[in-house]
Amino acid sequence: MGKIKPRAYYRETLNGGFIATKINYMLGWGRKYSLFHYPFITACCGMEYMSAACAHWDFDRFGVGMTTFSPRQADMLFVVGTISQKEAPVLKTVYEQMCEPNWVIACGACAVSGGIYDNYAVVQGIDKIIPVDVFIPGCPPRPETILNAIEKLQDKIQHQKQDWKWKIKK
Amino acid sequence: MNRIQKEARKESLLINMGPSHPAMHGTIRIMLELDGEVVKNSEVEVGYLHRGFEKTCEHKTYFNLLPYTDRLNYVSPLINNLAYVMTMEKMLEIEAPERAQYIRVIMSEFSRISDHLTALAAMTMECGAFTVFLYYIQAREEIWNFIEQTTGARMTTSYIRIGGVRADLHPDFKGLMDKAIKVTRRVLKDVKGLLNKNKIWIDRTRDVAVANPEMAVNYGFTGPCLRASGVSYDVRKAHPYLVYDQLEFEVPLGDKGDNFDRYMVRMKEMEQSLKIIEQAVEKMPASSSRAGLMAKGIEPDEAIKASRTKKAEERVNLSPNLQGSEKDVRPDILVKGKKYTVPPKEDTYTNIEGLINHFKFFMSGHGIRPPKGDVYFSVEGGNGELGFYIVSDGTDKPYRLHLRAPCFHIVSALEEMIKGHYIADIIPTFGSTNMIGGELDR
Repeated sequence: MGKIKPRAYYRETLNGGFIATKINYMLGWGRKYSLFHYPFITACCGMEYMSAACAHWDFDRFGVGMTTFSPRQADMLFVVGTISQKEAPVLKTVYEQMCEPNWVIACGACAVSGGIYDNYAVVQGIDKIIPVDVFIPGCPPRPETILNAIEKLQDKIQHQKQDWKWKIKK
Repeated sequence: MNRIQKEARKESLLINMGPSHPAMHGTIRIMLELDGEVVKNSEVEVGYLHRGFEKTCEHKTYFNLLPYTDRLNYVSPLINNLAYVMTMEKMLEIEAPERAQYIRVIMSEFSRISDHLTALAAMTMECGAFTVFLYYIQAREEIWNFIEQTTGARMTTSYIRIGGVRADLHPDFKGLMDKAIKVTRRVLKDVKGLLNKNKIWIDRTRDVAVANPEMAVNYGFTGPCLRASGVSYDVRKAHPYLVYDQLEFEVPLGDKGDNFDRYMVRMKEMEQSLKIIEQAVEKMPASSSRAGLMAKGIEPDEAIKASRTKKAEERVNLSPNLQGSEKDVRPDILVKGKKYTVPPKEDTYTNIEGLINHFKFFMSGHGIRPPKGDVYFSVEGGNGELGFYIVSDGTDKPYRLHLRAPCFHIVSALEEMIKGHYIADIIPTFGSTNMIGGELDR
């Protein structure tokens, strides 16, 4: 199914009748606009994250405004900033506490690859510890880059095979 | 087994706060021994953002380690640049031109405002005043717009260089600067109206976590936290650097040293900083080649072609990310002498002396080589006295570099400050200390 505009489709075509879609598509559509995220903020990029979250850039427009500080309620983990060797177990614990389905964004050069801190203290990219969906480059990334990454993630969620096997009980 | 686990009484409750906690900024952990809601004892654990700054600097040349200083106190990177650069200038015994000094003052005061805005934004948001948080961040956004216009980056600027600043102020800097000042003034006024006599805010901050003058001095407090306790110590007044002795400003003091005083001192300091900026802009000497900055020249590739046959004399257009660092502007903003500054790009690409100077500056083992010895210099950072201690062994890399981070000393007093208070009081107390991970753990 291509792009649908649900409201117009409902009004004009269906006229109060049925709607036929793929459950995969519908789940993706629902999931991508209601991302609760857990900001795992450690360092400099957090300041740009604050900018992106506040009124000036406002990523609530994309449906990710809901910040939750309980990993069990979060859909998306926003890893913002340097992850040091001491912080790494904490990050892994937080990730493992998240319910399925979940997504991870690595924000900033340090989270992506260790950035300019190529030394004993810093984990060289969080993908060494947890799986990552979207990498945001930049030291620190501008708020526009963060918004772009959110759009990229939403696109990915829309088109990925949704995990809804809980429906089928064997 | 931690200290607190050994010491705790059997009947009390041990609770872990952070490092992944909304109010702990992701980089600090406090273990609490609770009796009901009252904190009986606590242990603060730092080091979650240890990035090996000091060790890394030992492997970088004096010029190349500048970007690392941006990321120490990442809310006011320009002051960090300034502290490092002033230390180096003391070591090399050079002084920046007057215009550069005024630019540095303007930039560092804007950084101080953005630091205080962010500190108070976090503190108020964690207490539930979300509106205030949004207001503060809006003002910060305008300030960063101004900083970006001149430096090319919002946060990690690396703008203040050894011997001056990287580029002259943008030709149209006044527009955005006036807007930033106007918006900040408006926000401060709004926030004053919202918080200063707000019952909830006063109840949560008044007489909470009192640091009396003795305790503050003993722990090594500096900056707004020390002045909130009533001790008048400001590096800008006590050991004036740059042109601060020619500018008029007050040092606001608190009387009790509680959270409310720390909030009030920051609010008043921002107003003083705005005053300083306005004075500095008025007193700043004009650029001697004002016509030069906007003048048109020939394109770089033409200049390079022309330079193959004869010495190029025409003005060269630099790429937009080098704007403001043209050859004819440099005497105003950078110290003379090819030893300390990157040679102008026009020379590097069009004549052989410039090229050799460039190589000599960047070649390993050459570049900036201060004399043997050690030096300490401090400036007034957002959190307090920000000092660099550099030991030089005569090579182009520091033998040892140490940072005196102001918030390290303040966070070390956190255990004593929260003792006997409710668990909810930890949040504003921690917010008012303005812990910045990059600076604390280095």
